[in-house]
Amino acid sequence: MVAVREPVPRRRVDWGRVGLHAGCLAALLVMLYPLAWLIATSFKPADEVISSLRLLPSRLAMSNYTTALEGVGGVSVLRLIGNSLIISTGAVLGNVISCSLAAYAFARLRFTLRGPLFALMLATIMLPQHAVLIPQYIVFNQLGMVNTFWPLVLPKFLATDAFFVFLTVQFMRGIPKELDEAATLDGCGPFRTFFRIILPLSRPALITTAIFTFIWTWNDFFLQLIYLFEPEKFTITLALRSFVDTSSQSAYGPMFAMSVIALLPIVLFFMAFQRFLVEGMASSGVKG
Amino acid sequence: MSAPHPRPDADSAAAESAAGRNRPRRREGAAWVFLSPWLLGAAVLTLTPMLVSLYLSFTEYDLFTAPKWVGLDNYVHMFTSDPRYWRSAVNTLLYVLVAVPLQLALALAVALALNSIGRGKGFYRSAFYAPSLLGASMSIALVWRALFNDGGTVDDLLSTFGIDMGGWVNQPGWALLVVALLTIWQFGAPMVIFLAGLQQVPHELYEAAEVDGAGRVRRFLSVTLPMLSPVLFFNLVLQTIQAFQVFTPAFTVSGGRGGPADSTLFYTLYLYDRGFTASHMGYAAAMAWVLLVVIGIVTALLFRSSRSWVFYNDKG
Repeated sequence: MVAVREPVPRRRVDWGRVGLHAGCLAALLVMLYPLAWLIATSFKPADEVISSLRLLPSRLAMSNYTTALEGVGGVSVLRLIGNSLIISTGAVLGNVISCSLAAYAFARLRFTLRGPLFALMLATIMLPQHAVLIPQYIVFNQLGMVNTFWPLVLPKFLATDAFFVFLTVQFMRGIPKELDEAATLDGCGPFRTFFRIILPLSRPALITTAIFTFIWTWNDFFLQLIYLFEPEKFTITLALRSFVDTSSQSAYGPMFAMSVIALLPIVLFFMAFQRFLVEGMASSGVKG
Repeated sequence: MSAPHPRPDADSAAAESAAGRNRPRRREGAAWVFLSPWLLGAAVLTLTPMLVSLYLSFTEYDLFTAPKWVGLDNYVHMFTSDPRYWRSAVNTLLYVLVAVPLQLALALAVALALNSIGRGKGFYRSAFYAPSLLGASMSIALVWRALFNDGGTVDDLLSTFGIDMGGWVNQPGWALLVVALLTIWQFGAPMVIFLAGLQQVPHELYEAAEVDGAGRVRRFLSVTLPMLSPVLFFNLVLQTIQAFQVFTPAFTVSGGRGGPADSTLFYTLYLYDRGFTASHMGYAAAMAWVLLVVIGIVTALLFRSSRSWVFYNDKG
């Protein structure tokens, strides 16, 4: 990326650049304002939350966080975070394992019905979850799994997130064919080829799957709302729900302190893996 | 695992035909093993539930007593005598029509700006992308409600300009826009995809266009847009399908009930309300099937229209 791409005379490029930077920075300020506001408000003492237009609190009120740590409905924040962690980690494991298995078959093996099944897999990417929601709920209800974490984790082990199968297929297709031909010549069957050659080389796709699964599961609200109803089983997202009904502004401080706590793992993930995230997203849309 | 299979009866012709027969068959078996979790999931958690959901849509079912066959009653009621259903459908359609084009336009504009910005591109790219990950959360939806509420920052800001709204969230005419703005704010994901697409546009095309005397606008219309059309199409399909299913922001902004005056009663919110609050599972299943059909039709229309505006570069 050393070459200057814009084929415009140099002097004009400079002014154009300055303008672009100024515009982008201004846009960023507006865009990131809600996040800054969230953090600032989580530290505001109660009397400043609504009465003051200033972004920064006059003094830091840690009481919002101590209140938030107590949790909701007698369930501590640690418990809520623990529940979220269990579900998200389970979902990550499930998606990484099951999606990479299916992707290997679609990307590298020949079998009858490969075409139609691949088309079916692609079609399920577009399927709204509501079309299968109610029967799935009934099944999990019959199995006595409603109000447990199973309905949120088990489907991931069956590669139901076709988006990630597709993403991994696209990636695996890019791995040179010669590698598994060489492995076959060396006497590797498909299983050994998968574990020794393809899986290690697919690490970027697997990491992308893992990170997105974690963040999306952590953020998910709808399924958790449907499947979990005992406060003990609540996730941090679900606990925030109790603030939805109350529009009383006195709870603003603790509410946003808890919101910050709920966002923290995502922010950390984002900072640690932003390169993978951005590139993983980019690779899903380009190339076919 | 084991070494290559020895073939003790080493008559060469027999061995060859054995290899010829066995090699593909063994691969076939392996493929089904690798595919088995997905196959099980597709059968048990996708295809069967779809059929069951179709069946349930013709019944009255409250989860506790056996489903009672009512024929087309759910659908008839939905289309002819349930104003809230229509309200939710119209709200969702309005929202899709407002949020998706604006979000994509913004994503494309910012991607174009970043593509020619040079230094600092990586930083901007990540910063603009951040809302796409955070924005789907309940936390941000709560922030949104507070910002647009009566006395919230946006409201206060507007009143300093003499525009007194009394909170967007409480105004039936404006609450939908608040939800749409939250979606538009998350333009980072399509932007990143646009940016990746822009990097694949061959530079020679711009040079050729310039030699032909094409100005900025002309180059954008004749080079960038056609070359970007597959990516634009991908974003359009993906964002449209997602937008039809929006739930969390609508739930949160409206205090969980789709208010004020049902103005943020989105399709999925009403589906949740019918199925899981009012225990009309059959009705909810019928709603889900209509949603499925509508999304199918919209996607098909997009695909059909794409023939006339999506340009596929064979070179790839």
